[in-house]
Amino acid sequence: MEGIEKYLRKSALPHIWCPGCGNGIVLAAMLRAIDKLQLDQQKTVIVSGIGCSSRASGYMNFNTVHTAHGRALPFATGIKLANPELNVIVITGDGDCTAIGGNHFIHSARRNIDITTIIFNNGIYGMTGGQYSPLSPQNSKATTAPYGVGERPFDIGNLAIAAGATYVARGTAFHATQLTDLVVSAIENKGFSVVDAITQCPIAYGRKNKMGPAAQMMKWQRDHAVMAKAAAKMTPEALQDKFLIGELHRSVAPEYVAEYEKLVARLQGGEA
Amino acid sequence: MNKARLMQGNEACTEGALAAGVRFFAGYPITPSTEVAELSAEKLPKLGGKFIQMEDEIASMGAVCGASLAGMKAMTATSGPGFSLKQELIGYAAMAEIPVVIVNVQRSGPSTGLPTAPSQGDVMQTRWGTHGDRGVIALSPGSVREAFDVAVHAVNFAERFRTPVVILMDEVIGHMREKVTLPTQEEIEIVDRKRTTLPPEEFQAYKPDGDEVPAMMPFGEGYYHHVTGLMHNHSGQPALDSKTTKEVLSRLHTKIDRAIDDITLYTEHFLEDAEILVITYGGSARAALAAVKQAREQGVKVGMLKLITIWPFPKEMVQTVAAKAKKVIVPEMNYGQLVGEIERYVDQGKVIPVNRYDGHLFHPNDILTPILEAQGGSK
Amino acid sequence: MALAINQKLCKGCGICIEFCPKKVLALSDKGKVYAAHPDLCINCGLCELRCPDFAIQVIKESKGEKS
Repeated sequence: MEGIEKYLRKSALPHIWCPGCGNGIVLAAMLRAIDKLQLDQQKTVIVSGIGCSSRASGYMNFNTVHTAHGRALPFATGIKLANPELNVIVITGDGDCTAIGGNHFIHSARRNIDITTIIFNNGIYGMTGGQYSPLSPQNSKATTAPYGVGERPFDIGNLAIAAGATYVARGTAFHATQLTDLVVSAIENKGFSVVDAITQCPIAYGRKNKMGPAAQMMKWQRDHAVMAKAAAKMTPEALQDKFLIGELHRSVAPEYVAEYEKLVARLQGGEA
Repeated sequence: MNKARLMQGNEACTEGALAAGVRFFAGYPITPSTEVAELSAEKLPKLGGKFIQMEDEIASMGAVCGASLAGMKAMTATSGPGFSLKQELIGYAAMAEIPVVIVNVQRSGPSTGLPTAPSQGDVMQTRWGTHGDRGVIALSPGSVREAFDVAVHAVNFAERFRTPVVILMDEVIGHMREKVTLPTQEEIEIVDRKRTTLPPEEFQAYKPDGDEVPAMMPFGEGYYHHVTGLMHNHSGQPALDSKTTKEVLSRLHTKIDRAIDDITLYTEHFLEDAEILVITYGGSARAALAAVKQAREQGVKVGMLKLITIWPFPKEMVQTVAAKAKKVIVPEMNYGQLVGEIERYVDQGKVIPVNRYDGHLFHPNDILTPILEAQGGSK
Repeated sequence: MALAINQKLCKGCGICIEFCPKKVLALSDKGKVYAAHPDLCINCGLCELRCPDFAIQVIKESKGEKS
């Protein structure tokens, strides 16, 4: 942790997350990525929504904004467009990002604006006591799905890709080293980057779905994750209850802020 | 001095904001405010500024808050339905003390209502639309030139008080065209948000100065701090204890209330010997002034107080002016909103609401008739 | 090499204990982690990697110091 101490607001610790919550692992992985890249702390802005995930910004020693539920991306858009020199990283949760924040998510991807979005995906609304989200597995239990979630979840990777994101990846709290590398690539991508970070909520999700203690939930992540590259050679039967991790998509497209700046330069250059 | 030109109210509002230093606009099309977005889209990049049409009204409000935190003067524009959507984040801007300007070109509501017809139906929503208690600044221009001036004031107040400021236009003012002569850039006073002189390690982002407003440092200059909509302490960290809460909530009111004399903008007409007083604002004021002048020609001692500042409601000034009148007539293009505030401070027995809410602006006769009736009744 | 454990931050979640390949760690009767068998530690860093609370780290000692 030596390298990442300076990125923490130590006076705010211990954080509010439950014992065993994977959010702290994802946060640590993010900070290692920031450290690997040697991002300028002064020029880095962390923007979060509302939920357990989004409390992360308060613990991070950068310019940080804890916004309203689902609205991190609009704030981040304003920040990045206003000052393109800033590194803007969004921390959001599965509910914050894909339910109330869904519209902002797809439009940010469509714009391919240079923002990195890390989804702390625990398949539940933890802060409010365990309701289901658009990423909760079908048939999983939650306080508002006492008989099991009756809806399909989003395939957030495909959604991000279809909406126009130029870097999409998935990691887990168990695979914390890989997660750091994925966040590095996400930040390095000059465009809209999404990392779906599967993390465990042992208290709300875990208890309701009898997933055992935190370490066991992480073993579940280990046993159900399949590297995207390996998956290409596997049969549908073998992939039945698995999810893909690693880099899911990478492409190149014009980046929103850079294109707007070109417009500004052109108009100003042309004026007397 | 600039040359006179024919200008639309929305255009004048936009020009005023740009003259006051706004260089970021995020918005969404909605009648009758769309011209503000269109003009901003055209002008801002030429000025080195930034324009973005966001995916919805809420995103627009988020974007302007973000841009302001990054150091830019930022504005958005909307009408009733969009104003309703923005309320949560207006409250966020109030709690996180983010300077932003929201133009609401009021149209007839509720709901989709009459998209191209005027009203003044959002007066109380401007005051109470977001949940919770806070001080509010809202300015209502009554002419195209005033739309320019009010925009300058709105930007300056937002910067000075670190608060969202609403420009409460209505469709009459927004869409009308008048000949105006705008001030030159040199003639315009510009206020910027306070910066700190402390080094980063000593700076506390939400510690107020003597004027109860904290200094504000943009992202990127080394003053990194936490911004949150949760109740927070001087460092910006969440703090939900009762002492902090009481302090912050009080200050969100007093930082504005203590400067009410600076914030109160109005015009007065024929008040010296007035026995009947008309109090009005925005698009209603034009018909009211015509009515007042006609009444004067008929020998009625009537005067008019046109409020430009609607919130904070200038209660002492209104009380003083109304004290001399036997009757106080309040024309509004709504079912009766600001009149309730006036009745709080002026003897209810002498207040006469005059309301038009059929999607049409007042005809001077709508206001002349009650003036003459008030005159007749008071003899 | 040594393990630095911050018991004020440790929440006793048991993740580091479960994933330590050498079974170095255990929970004290106060519910906080401690190094029960520090001599078995191979400094793999998995505890630090997977701790959600920044409560445990592998400290690199400089050359010449005893571990």
